[in-house]
Amino acid sequence: MRRLALGLAAVTALAFTGIANAQDITVGFVTSLSGPASSIGLNYEKGMNAAYAYQSEVDGHKINLVKLDDGSDPSAAAQNARKLVQDNHVDLMIGTSSAPGTNAMLTVANELKVPFIGISPVSLPVPTSGHPWGIDVPQTPNLMVKVIADRMKREGIKTVGFIGFSDSWGDLVYNGAKAAEKDGDPKVTSNERYARTDTSVTAQALKVIETKPDALLDGGSATQAALPLLEMRKLGFKGNFYGTPALLNRDFVRIGGKAAEGVQVSAGPVIVTSQLPDSHFSKKIGTAFHEVFKKVNNTEADDGFSGYSFDGWLIFLNAAKVALKTAKPGTPEFHEALMQAIYADKDLAGVHAVYNFTPKSYYGVDDRSLVVVKLVDGKWVYQP
Amino acid sequence: MNSQIAAILTMDGVATGAIYVLIALGFVLIFAVTRIIFVPFGDITAFTALTLADLEAKRLPGTAAMVTVLALIAAAIEVVALLRAGAGRRIPRALLYYLVLPLVPAAIVWATAGILLPAPLRIVAAILLILPLAPLLNRIVFWPIADASVLLLLIVSVALHFALVGMGLLFFGPEGVRTESLVDFSTDIAGTPVSGETLLIVGSAAFFSFLLYLFFNFTLYGKALHATALNRTGARLMGIRPQQSGTIAFLLGSLLAAVSGVLIAPVNTIFYDSGFLIGLKAFVGAIIGGLVSFPVTAIGSVFIGVLESFAAFVSSPFKEVIVFSILIPVLLWRSYSFVQTEDEAEE
Repeated sequence: MRRLALGLAAVTALAFTGIANAQDITVGFVTSLSGPASSIGLNYEKGMNAAYAYQSEVDGHKINLVKLDDGSDPSAAAQNARKLVQDNHVDLMIGTSSAPGTNAMLTVANELKVPFIGISPVSLPVPTSGHPWGIDVPQTPNLMVKVIADRMKREGIKTVGFIGFSDSWGDLVYNGAKAAEKDGDPKVTSNERYARTDTSVTAQALKVIETKPDALLDGGSATQAALPLLEMRKLGFKGNFYGTPALLNRDFVRIGGKAAEGVQVSAGPVIVTSQLPDSHFSKKIGTAFHEVFKKVNNTEADDGFSGYSFDGWLIFLNAAKVALKTAKPGTPEFHEALMQAIYADKDLAGVHAVYNFTPKSYYGVDDRSLVVVKLVDGKWVYQP
Repeated sequence: MNSQIAAILTMDGVATGAIYVLIALGFVLIFAVTRIIFVPFGDITAFTALTLADLEAKRLPGTAAMVTVLALIAAAIEVVALLRAGAGRRIPRALLYYLVLPLVPAAIVWATAGILLPAPLRIVAAILLILPLAPLLNRIVFWPIADASVLLLLIVSVALHFALVGMGLLFFGPEGVRTESLVDFSTDIAGTPVSGETLLIVGSAAFFSFLLYLFFNFTLYGKALHATALNRTGARLMGIRPQQSGTIAFLLGSLLAAVSGVLIAPVNTIFYDSGFLIGLKAFVGAIIGGLVSFPVTAIGSVFIGVLESFAAFVSSPFKEVIVFSILIPVLLWRSYSFVQTEDEAEE
């Protein structure tokens, strides 16, 4: 049934692009609206709805947005990317809500030479030709850890214990902390792991306490990231807790309760837009984003994911403005011009970061893209 | 590691092990009577915790809808089966057992939705709501293939587990829950802090094991179950209906799973898919008991809990590897030291 609906949607989209003005720009957007990644995918979708409502034309050229669901499946994401390029003749693609799916779309973009804006982390090497056809919006996991590790150092913390998930996310956070340690940030004293479905982390918590760290770095994500914090406080640990944006979750706050109080995490500035000083780069655009998001979706934007969609759109809008001066939409020249315009655009302020892309890396953010927030009375509070 | 840490680890391990005891006893019970390795056992434990959390949050638990759907399917199957067998006059009785009784708790919960019941009533409601789950699944899934080989039953059981996890996601949603503490009390035993939860878990495990012992040794139903477990055909000749025994075994199993779910809900965050790993570890305990002996199963489960706790301390990334590796020596030991007593030959 869903496949039928999707097919119909694709056909309708195709019909529309068929009769669309040749001067219109077509953008393809892929996210996960079904399957396990859909809880995140829905946030990306809402962010894109807000972005399209924010601006849907560039210099008089209308933008057609074609949306597809990848069902949390990387191979479906790759198929969608091909379909968008070959059937819908899109000028640019944005996607998707899982890291493997984003990698898959980027591979297709490099092959078919169509600009791609990734909104989940990618881990592919830049092609040997030296001409990548994509960029990636989010902060790197290393940066997420680095920013919070720098904060620990500023607060006089010398050693930090680590408990994290026994999966690749735990590895990313641990490796990030180890890399920061080399730069003079606090020494990591333990590498304890647990699974999301574990019934107890008492043993791991005891082992961390045995190493007598000043603080604890939480390498879990979402609801179950609260488990080590609860256990450490129960065993009488008095130090501070630190974490990554993976803890920015309503259910983490609910389950963590008193134990999670005071935890500090690195976060995209969009999480605390209203608390930012007026001089902050993301204050103006972030406020605009929150307003249009609320109008379109009838709910507050309290996640980081919708902001990535929005920033991807901003990057595209700016590049399209420049590219339209030299090429016509729908042509290979326009694709090339879009890529070059993205690289030429310096210090673009989005809701998450100040973007500076180069062909040397897919990522284009620096440590301005993360602020530190603290959980006070169940609310995330900006810590300058 | 000093003695204080060892004491805390042991305490934690015994508490986890006590949860495994309840589930492992259910595994052995159901396997002995029906030859089914009931893989979805852990899922039922998790569903109980989620039900309790829903009741606490004054929501109508997903279990109510789940049980209603299953009861309707089971009743329909039963009615069709009776009509085909030309036993239409037994339909009202069948409807009472397969439709009305399972729906009573669901109806009560539905009627009181939005009211915060006192904690003991919430627990009773959650257990009553969960109780019909396993027997209904037994009626729908396992009755038609009751005489199939153990392997086929196992495969169907695994499939049922995946179906249940899917249903769990549908009825309960993807978020984890943690309920309020049952007891707010903690004490010191030989200088080691012991929480009331731990005592409650261990106490409940001991209490329900004892109840099971009484049931098997001093009640007619218990003896009938025991007889079915020893020899299906023989029991049948003595006038014991194996299907009825199966239903009772599943009902008891459901009860054990529900109790463990209630106990685990306040100590850990439970997701719709948390049950599988809990069930799998309890299953290792059941294997130590050879899927026959209740006392050895109980000891084995506690051992698994303690082993898990120490393994997590020594090397947390390899915790599961250590726990499941124990299966290899256990299986070797069992296959060399025990003569196959079960009569595998089909009659």
